[in-house]
Amino acid sequence: MPSSSSLRHACAVASKDLLVEFRSRTGILSAVVFVVLVLMVFNFGRDPTAVSNLVLAPSILWVTFTFAAILALNRAFQLELENQALDGLLLAPIGRGSIYLGKLVANLVFVATVEVIGVPLVALFFNVEVWPHIGPLAAIITLATLGFVAVGTLFSAMTVRTRFAELLLPVVLLPFMILPLMWATLATTSVLADRPLSEIGGSLKMLAGYDIVFVVVSLLLFPATVNE
Amino acid sequence: MRLLRAGRWITAIALLLLAGVYVRALVYTPVERLQGLAQKIYYLHVPAAIWAETAMIIVGIASIFYLFLKDPRLDRFAHASAEVGTVFAVLMLTTGPIWGKPIWGTWWSWDARLTLALFLFLLYVGYLLLRSAVADPASRARFAAVLGICGMVLVPFVHFSVYMFRTLHPMPIVLKPSEPSLPGRTTSSTTSLTSFCSGVTISRWIDSGSGMISTLRRRLHLLGLVAHLVDPSDHVKGLLRQLVVLSFQDLFE
Repeated sequence: MPSSSSLRHACAVASKDLLVEFRSRTGILSAVVFVVLVLMVFNFGRDPTAVSNLVLAPSILWVTFTFAAILALNRAFQLELENQALDGLLLAPIGRGSIYLGKLVANLVFVATVEVIGVPLVALFFNVEVWPHIGPLAAIITLATLGFVAVGTLFSAMTVRTRFAELLLPVVLLPFMILPLMWATLATTSVLADRPLSEIGGSLKMLAGYDIVFVVVSLLLFPATVNE
Repeated sequence: MRLLRAGRWITAIALLLLAGVYVRALVYTPVERLQGLAQKIYYLHVPAAIWAETAMIIVGIASIFYLFLKDPRLDRFAHASAEVGTVFAVLMLTTGPIWGKPIWGTWWSWDARLTLALFLFLLYVGYLLLRSAVADPASRARFAAVLGICGMVLVPFVHFSVYMFRTLHPMPIVLKPSEPSLPGRTTSSTTSLTSFCSGVTISRWIDSGSGMISTLRRRLHLLGLVAHLVDPSDHVKGLLRQLVVLSFQDLFE
């Protein structure tokens, strides 16, 4: 069970990662530029007369977030590979769970930053009304992001130490991302289409269940990925 | 080696049983009123689907035990089960469209159940790819165990999330929240039993067959004894392989 000291350690790990990120800003900047570029590519790849924006926007939103999240997750443990920083982190007198939680929080902040920039861009490029639905949309995005970043953080700890690290993470992670993505896309579609909120209850419950299960499972399994 | 022999015997018996079940399914069961002969594929498709999911659960359970006991046999068992699961997932994904073409008029439709079945298959592929991407056996076993356990946890989500979507696929008749609605006496018992036999045996067979020999080899390798004990042709093959690997490394460096 996370006690107050292990939470404090987790905060320390997260703030270390975020500080590294904030000092260089290359990761977050490239992720944002990447999101803008993906959205532009989608814009050129569609026929605006055939499919309405309202139908297309949720899928594009989530595909973009998926790509951005994979970029972020690959970065999370790549940082630790330089100068054997991971060994230093593992030698520190803190629990493995704290390291995982810290990494998870740092990744969540990273992905959330990209999403906060991505949502208005989707609203702008695809002309959908986001502001009136911001509450439910924020709930969907939070729940879905927590789920796949939790699994992704666990997997990136393993894949960085394999051959083809950057390639292997999406191959292993996407089957796990597809369920939260399906629920999130369904819910986003009904929210943006002004349908009653009761319609998204099922999706939100499934997302919440997925989050709880996978955060707990990842927390339990993380030591197995770093212990020698 | 006793296990290997037992595995082969069980496989042989299961194959005989399977042959019997399919003769029964093709000749002695009535033709379905609406779907005609196409319905017969259920006898292959449903057990394959059940086993594609069950094999992942077996992978997960073996992985949990591996993380506690660190017995390499458990890791190999998980690996074997994943290979069997991959085969059954392929069976499920090939028999499905064969049935879908005459009944739905299309080979593939992007509905939830089909998509998730495909992702189950990709989950296995990811598992096997992860295994092949780690050179050190101990880390490979740990990483694979972590992925296997996550896969096992994902299976119930996959199985029950289909109730949330409108789908073209017939609803599950065996593994559903209420009672199974398939008449027990006709098919479910025989098909599930035989698939059980074949599934378990194939996995055990692969496990004991390739696993034991390769561990023995590895141990001998560690002791530096392998050159004396393997037969000469294997030794020559090994040398040739090393030569090829070395020349490739030269090319890329």
